[in-house]
Amino acid sequence: MSTMAFDKELDLRNLPCPMPVVKISKGIKEVAVGGVVKAVTTDPGALTDFPAWAKTSGNQILGTDEAGGEVSFFIKRMK
Amino acid sequence: MESEFAAQLEELKARVEGLEQNAQENKLSMVVFSGDMDKALASLIIATGAAAMGMEVMMFFTFWATPLLRDPKKATPSKDMMGTMFSAMLPKGAEKAQLSKMNFGGMGAKMMQGLMNNKNVASLPQMIELAGELGIKICICDMSMSLMGFKREEMIDYPDLMYCGVATFLEQALGSKVQLFI
Repeated sequence: MSTMAFDKELDLRNLPCPMPVVKISKGIKEVAVGGVVKAVTTDPGALTDFPAWAKTSGNQILGTDEAGGEVSFFIKRMK
Repeated sequence: MESEFAAQLEELKARVEGLEQNAQENKLSMVVFSGDMDKALASLIIATGAAAMGMEVMMFFTFWATPLLRDPKKATPSKDMMGTMFSAMLPKGAEKAQLSKMNFGGMGAKMMQGLMNNKNVASLPQMIELAGELGIKICICDMSMSLMGFKREEMIDYPDLMYCGVATFLEQALGSKVQLFI
């Protein structure tokens, strides 16, 4: 999973709620539609929050990668 | 026959129009009533989260939440006796908000702020600034303003700020899928 290609990496480490979703909602707009953002978080809530955000905002999580207390999300901008 | 269809069509059109008018959109309308730091923080976390999820957000600040939007950098205008009293007794801006529990005369709020700094949790003034960046609309209750003797010139400069009454809130709330009172 960690080898998944992405267009932009977003460092969301040490950011608590609601910052990870606020930052990803801004960050996803910095890639073109169809582009992929890799977001690295340390917030345990992100594991459920990112899928909820993606569903509501209409974006797609291609995969997640958990390692050493960090969760990386690979998110494709859909619109 | 034809005129019957035409009449039915007209009736259906009117009904669809009525339904569309009452349709709830992906919006959040929130009453922020409490001036407590913890409750106001919760309301702003929900509001900014909703904005991040693509929802249109409107926050209606009323009663004890009103003084949270006073600008500490602006001079307090001259007021009558009651207005002066309210101005002195209520926090001048979000930074001065107190905890609803374990406040211990303000010590609790200071400790909580220190804890929040350590854990990288945004402060209330920072959250209000973020709300502005995210395009969240804030309406301040006009009645609370006049009741407590606050003047518009002492309130914060916020991008999308208006003064309104209950009807404005309800009109927004009617068309919102989510409505909250905090």
